[in-house]
Amino acid sequence: MAFIDYYQVLGVDKKATDKDIKNAYRKLARKYHPDLNPNDAEAHKKFQQLNEANEVLSDPDKRKKYDQYGENWQHGAEYEQARRQQQSRQQHGGFGGAQSGGFEGFGSDDFSDFFQSMFGGGGGARGGRQAKYRGQDYNAELKLGLKDAAETHKQTLTVNGKNIRITIPAGVENGQNIKIAGHGGPGANGGPAGDLYITFSVADDPRFKRIGSDLYCSAKLDIYTAVLGGELTVDTLDSKVKIKVKPETPNGTKVKLKGKGMPVYKKEGQFGDLYVTYDVQVPTNLTAKQKKLFEEIRDEVSPPPP
Amino acid sequence: MTNLIAATDICTYHGIEYTFIDSLSAAGLVKLKVVKKSAYVPETELQKLEKMIRMHHELEINVAGIEAIVHLLERVEQMQEEMRVLRNRVG
Repeated sequence: MAFIDYYQVLGVDKKATDKDIKNAYRKLARKYHPDLNPNDAEAHKKFQQLNEANEVLSDPDKRKKYDQYGENWQHGAEYEQARRQQQSRQQHGGFGGAQSGGFEGFGSDDFSDFFQSMFGGGGGARGGRQAKYRGQDYNAELKLGLKDAAETHKQTLTVNGKNIRITIPAGVENGQNIKIAGHGGPGANGGPAGDLYITFSVADDPRFKRIGSDLYCSAKLDIYTAVLGGELTVDTLDSKVKIKVKPETPNGTKVKLKGKGMPVYKKEGQFGDLYVTYDVQVPTNLTAKQKKLFEEIRDEVSPPPP
Repeated sequence: MTNLIAATDICTYHGIEYTFIDSLSAAGLVKLKVVKKSAYVPETELQKLEKMIRMHHELEINVAGIEAIVHLLERVEQMQEEMRVLRNRVG
């Protein structure tokens, strides 16, 4: 557990007045506040550090204790204990009651181990209005395969020991967010709970590339079917379909299979398309007879010079 | 049907003046419903409103500042969404 220089976090020097500290905190909070930095985990972390520094430096008792022990904070607890024992003997048992109460809007879980070690878990409530605060929003990531993302299904998640059953609509995209209201952190002083945001991480599929609701794949096509036409069976996401190949189909030809792509998110009955690109295979290890037949075709197409 | 919450309840809950909510409404940042001369906030507007209350309380930003921030945040979120779509296309 490392020592944290709270003065450095706020960018003030040790002689800073309460006003300097307040101003420095406000200025940095405006830069890193989570409401102003959506989906930015780095800013969120920075904001927590600012709050912790402000919690210590804006409270005269905490600041005094912090300044007193400084880098020797690890011995602080021992000194405190010894001091309290001494006082207790002198006073024939006083009550060293620990104050309890929430921080302004931030649970003690958000504070560093250093803070918890020096000031304890709960911290003291500051004077004035006991404001109600909405709980913290939680973010979670849910990994899905492409096939899972193509079907609406229910899934049970465990968040802070509670099971939440959610419905994942078909067609969710990689990186898409959904909000589960009221399943974030508990509020402070009776405030409402925060929300849970789930980000879907849809894994790449080895067979299909997805762009929006459309899927793209390639299919091997033998040269004879490409030249003469015929049928080819290709995989879709959940089955197989037979497609007709026109005679004299060039390599790289792209065909569209309408409605065989991904379901469109929250639009029941609508689907994207599947685009199949033909990859014409040139035969290898030809027998002498096969080679001769190809030569005949070549000579037919472009006769050799006499 | 959307639940309505009395604006006065929100003021008591968050310890704010009604004029603040009224100014946000006048700037078009939150939609209020007036029923029998009393102002109500639709539940669907609550999260947005609480975000603006936090900006005002915790960051001391006035209504004009909040208005500018809300517009910029909409653009940031729109751009993040575009980036996500483009990343999926490239990846």
